[in-house]
Amino acid sequence: VTLAPFGRRLCPVVAHEQHGAYDVISVLDAEGPAPEAGQFYMLTASERWGGGADERPFLPRAFSVLRRHEDGRLDFLFEDVGPGTRRLCELRAGDGIWLLGPLGLGFRAPEDGRRPLLVGGGVGIAPLAIWQDAIDAPALLGFRDAAHAEGARLLRGPRVATDDGSVGFHGLVTELLPGELDPSVTVYACGPPPMLEAVRALCEAEDVPAQLALESGMACGYGACFGCVVPTRDGYVRLCVDGPVLDASALDLVA
Amino acid sequence: MSERETPAPSGGLTFCGIPLAHPVINASGTFDAIAARRAFGDALLARFPFAAFVSKTVTLEPRQGNPPPRLWELAGGMINSIGLPNKGLAGYLEHDLPQLAELPVPLIVNVMGFSREQVAELVGAFGERGEVAALELNVSCPNVKTGMVMGADPGETAALLDAVRPLTRKPLIVKLTPNCTSPADVAAAAEAHGADAVSLINTLRGMAFHPRGSGTAWLGGGSGGVSGPAVRAIALAQVAEVRARTALPIVGMGGVACGRHAADFMQAGADLVAVGTESFRDPLAGARVAAELAEIRANRGIMASARDPRREAIAHNA
Repeated sequence: VTLAPFGRRLCPVVAHEQHGAYDVISVLDAEGPAPEAGQFYMLTASERWGGGADERPFLPRAFSVLRRHEDGRLDFLFEDVGPGTRRLCELRAGDGIWLLGPLGLGFRAPEDGRRPLLVGGGVGIAPLAIWQDAIDAPALLGFRDAAHAEGARLLRGPRVATDDGSVGFHGLVTELLPGELDPSVTVYACGPPPMLEAVRALCEAEDVPAQLALESGMACGYGACFGCVVPTRDGYVRLCVDGPVLDASALDLVA
Repeated sequence: MSERETPAPSGGLTFCGIPLAHPVINASGTFDAIAARRAFGDALLARFPFAAFVSKTVTLEPRQGNPPPRLWELAGGMINSIGLPNKGLAGYLEHDLPQLAELPVPLIVNVMGFSREQVAELVGAFGERGEVAALELNVSCPNVKTGMVMGADPGETAALLDAVRPLTRKPLIVKLTPNCTSPADVAAAAEAHGADAVSLINTLRGMAFHPRGSGTAWLGGGSGGVSGPAVRAIALAQVAEVRARTALPIVGMGGVACGRHAADFMQAGADLVAVGTESFRDPLAGARVAAELAEIRANRGIMASARDPRREAIAHNA
């Protein structure tokens, strides 16, 4: 596991790109170690963190890294859905951002030469992009509509499904999954809880191993607050230090 | 029994006889040194942010904690409904205590029981442990035998101290709850019945509704505790009220995010300051607050003469 340097680092935003409904910002983390796919960072804009809707955000926000470049640039994928993501989406080159990370446990390579298969939904495609950079795997990606489906370009050669049928397969990404499941596959998935639950149930039924990158509200990211627990077969675990990637077999249900 | 060897810091600061390198510690339950070492490695030990480490509340039996969601963000703070998950006394002694004993600072163990007998068992278990410098009593909990929150009533607090004081020579710190009529009355009772110090404030009771407007509480535990800068003014007033009623050393806390806030708590009468929620935003917050506080104290004489007090008074609300 790649450990985080102890303490936050103030890093410059060096680029902002719009990808349909999503914003990608690049942060130059010259001092930090290279993250493993599925690890995450706690992000805080250095200016005006607070003062948005409800006078928030207050806490940092946890984001899996989308991609790392050789020069230490880290890309993050945002969708503006609340006061924290709104402020992060506003960041442009020259703005400052506090980084804490890389944190948590990321994806583990498939065992016994199994073939990796990536399944992503919405903004949850982020950790699959950096994982695809490492292991080169086919991807099934689901989005709400065409504006969101522009995010599919962040991965190589994905099969795309949209809820409204505007791009690719008309339906849920998990409807594409059964056709791809066979006993030689390991599934890596990240997306909204209903999608992850469908992936978990399908993989369980087919006896296919799956690693799920989950999300939970998180105050600290390093095990201090105990706020981000999810129920597993062994009781509650802190997603920040025991995840965010969990084996599907550890879960009864993704809720 | 081997007492923990703590090198005497140069500044000569002590708290209940415990030498400390600086006056900033952590609030119980806001920093997990074992998890932080997993995340940051031994760099945590090299730059440990607190002058003493207060561990998360230990109960007699293991607790899973409350169902999620456990957090709700507020303007200038948050509500938590964590529910005191812990491995229980036996699990703490076997798994946590040996790891916490490796920290480079004195260890204060926070304990909570649902009856005086339970608290007594916990205090007794730690009372002679060499790894433990002091005990903090979390009294924000109902006594199941009387139905009263132990720390919300001076009589309950007195009876609790009568039960546990004879069990240890280690310093006993009573963590006062703000959710009562008079924390100062409770502090006075604690002092009269043998407490060595008080710490305050614990979180203020709060709740939030689900944003869907369905009339259900957001937090899995129903209600929770409010912390962060939003509570700081309340905490300052309570520290000042407690200081007016007791000579005991005070650990002041509630929304401390920088050295200026820590200096305010000391003006209110605190001997030490604890950093809580701010550590969630910045794991080195304790060290930063300590450094800023030291600078403020070093410059106080010079700054005071150079400033125009009337102008500063206007500036805050300008």
